[in-house]
Amino acid sequence: MLHIENLHASTAGTEILRGVNLDIAPGEVHAIMGPNGSGKSTLAHVLSGRPDYEVTAGSVTYNGVDLLALAPEERAAAGVFLAFQYPVEIPGVGNLYFLRTAVNSIRATKGLDPIAVTTFIKMADKAMDAVEMDKSMKNRSVNEGFSGGEKKRNEILQMTMLEPTLAILDETDSGLDIDALRIVANGVNALRSPERSMLVITHYQRLLDYIVPDKIHVLAAGRIVRSGGKELALELEASGYADIEAELASKGATA
Amino acid sequence: MTPPSNEVTELAEREYQHGFVTDIETEVIPKGLDEDVVRLISSKKNEPEWLLEWRLAAYRHWVTMSEPTWQKAHYPSIDFQDIAYWAAPKPKPKLNSLDEVDPELREMFDKLGISLAEQERLSNVAVDAIVDSVSVATTFKAKLAEAGVIFCSFSEAVAEHPDLVRANLGSVVPVRDNYYAALNSAVFSDGSFCYIPAGVRCPMELSTYFRINSAQTGQFERTLIVAEEGSYVSYLEGCTAPMRDENQLHAAVVELVAHTDAQIKYATVQNWYPGDAEGRGGIYNFVTKRGKCAGDRSKISWTQVETGSAITWKYPSVVLQGDDSVGEFYSVALTAGRQQADTGTKMIHIGKNTSSTIVSKGISAAHGQNTYRGQVKVLRSAQGARNFTQCDSLLIGSDCGAHTVPYIEVKNASAQVEHEASTSKIGEDQMFYCRQRGISEEDATSMIVNGFCREVFNELPMEFAVEAQRLLSVSLEGSVG
Repeated sequence: MLHIENLHASTAGTEILRGVNLDIAPGEVHAIMGPNGSGKSTLAHVLSGRPDYEVTAGSVTYNGVDLLALAPEERAAAGVFLAFQYPVEIPGVGNLYFLRTAVNSIRATKGLDPIAVTTFIKMADKAMDAVEMDKSMKNRSVNEGFSGGEKKRNEILQMTMLEPTLAILDETDSGLDIDALRIVANGVNALRSPERSMLVITHYQRLLDYIVPDKIHVLAAGRIVRSGGKELALELEASGYADIEAELASKGATA
Repeated sequence: MTPPSNEVTELAEREYQHGFVTDIETEVIPKGLDEDVVRLISSKKNEPEWLLEWRLAAYRHWVTMSEPTWQKAHYPSIDFQDIAYWAAPKPKPKLNSLDEVDPELREMFDKLGISLAEQERLSNVAVDAIVDSVSVATTFKAKLAEAGVIFCSFSEAVAEHPDLVRANLGSVVPVRDNYYAALNSAVFSDGSFCYIPAGVRCPMELSTYFRINSAQTGQFERTLIVAEEGSYVSYLEGCTAPMRDENQLHAAVVELVAHTDAQIKYATVQNWYPGDAEGRGGIYNFVTKRGKCAGDRSKISWTQVETGSAITWKYPSVVLQGDDSVGEFYSVALTAGRQQADTGTKMIHIGKNTSSTIVSKGISAAHGQNTYRGQVKVLRSAQGARNFTQCDSLLIGSDCGAHTVPYIEVKNASAQVEHEASTSKIGEDQMFYCRQRGISEEDATSMIVNGFCREVFNELPMEFAVEAQRLLSVSLEGSVG
């Protein structure tokens, strides 16, 4: 269970989040939509603990733990996973070697022995098949020379193997053609379970045709300005963010 | 952007693992250098007259030379009269088997993780162990002799194979080559000698392990490897020294000669004491290493992993004389604390269709300064010569420096020379990506650095590659804030 209360955060001296409130129950999938610059990615980064963001007010508790007090790797161990909008390249480090190191690091925090290599390979093979990843990606350097679609599939592969309880997908649909989008969405849907919450961040309604959320929130100027069911996405698709921005502007003028 | 927490500070404070001193009775001659000292060294080693003359010629030339200062490293001028030029574990018996090695010496090597006895029993690596100036043990001699391979200390080679030594000594690095090579030629104490006869593939890896133990001594050894026609040898070199507050000079010379169709692979994992966080103490590693591809289709590869020394200053080079000969240089140099490294290579293309490859990976952390300096020279005769150079630098923290100084000189229009260079920082992005996946900062640093070096590690024999990765991790240990 994720509980976000009055979250304020800034980066490089500029306040981006200005009082976000959000609750996600186990098993729920929530979508965050909103115009560019509204703070969607900032929310993802603050929840996962990126160092260059400063939380100036508010709190985030996850399963009763103060998430903001944990280092990024501790949050990962607590079950938080961020699928990056721009997955990072690590030259010379084999893709599966990286993944196994991650799996074993998280296992170690739980007092578990490293996973047997054969078991790991079997699991990885299955997970790679699920996202239609070529087996040649096993030993290539992490994300190096991967196409946009391959990088996103690799994120889903990692998510599958790390079995998070809170998965945050930061604009996972950006830069994907329709086939890749379907593959990635299938991978995500396969991971939906009563124990796993998801926060799907997207600019476009398109992704939500494939990953159908329980709730949708609209983030604008650092606050959640509207919340609703999946029909809200269609409404936004029709009217765009212009109405919301206009509404905010008029509020700003009267405030 | 926040710097990677306390990494930089803690990097500098890491422990050096080989800093102990072994209490061995040692014979050291008084400090200072003149012709009498050269004569004394030569007489202690019962050397033939020609070698004494060779040394004296080197000494007489050395006194006319001045200390070079062109490298990018800062250190106080060295007082060459304040160094003892001979130190040897005493007594120095002639060893026939490892059982005769001084127990304290054996213990020292055990402590260093190089159990001479274990090496002999379990592994297939022949080791020549050199402490201070003297070779203390060479393993696997008999087995090598069956294949016709000569692997022994330099002194022994002078006594037993004088013609081979005389024909090759100084043939690649002449006594007048440079200041430190001239000094070494005058005062060198011991080293390793290796001869692979024609058509022989050396049946095992050969290895020299260098250890400086005594205080206030310089270490000057020579290594000479001759690979006859169609032969092959892979050679490994490792080095450590105790932690001391004063700087110690290590000025070695390594000469390689590869005849027609011969191949020599020479790998170094250098872990001399680097000095403390403030830059006190540490080894000055001023070494001349050069190989000559004398015959057609011969090949020489240098692979080095430099993690130690206060100052590393060396350019393992290849003179590509034979047609179609090949030279390679793969290097990882790590500078942390106050370490300075000015290292690279020279590839001199003389023969037709000669080719060379240079891959250099420099890693700078804390206040480390890392310079790649390389020369690619294509002479008029080198029709169809090719070179590929890649220099990558990785910075950890914001107080360190990386510098690249390539010299390219081409006198034949048919030559193809390529140079690629990059400088990057361990990105905040990479670090966060790893940590988000549950990997600690320390493990992430080590993983990213090892990934950066992978092309070079691939060139090392398996055990050495593992050792090199471990060394890098140890050197970067304590990087978590």
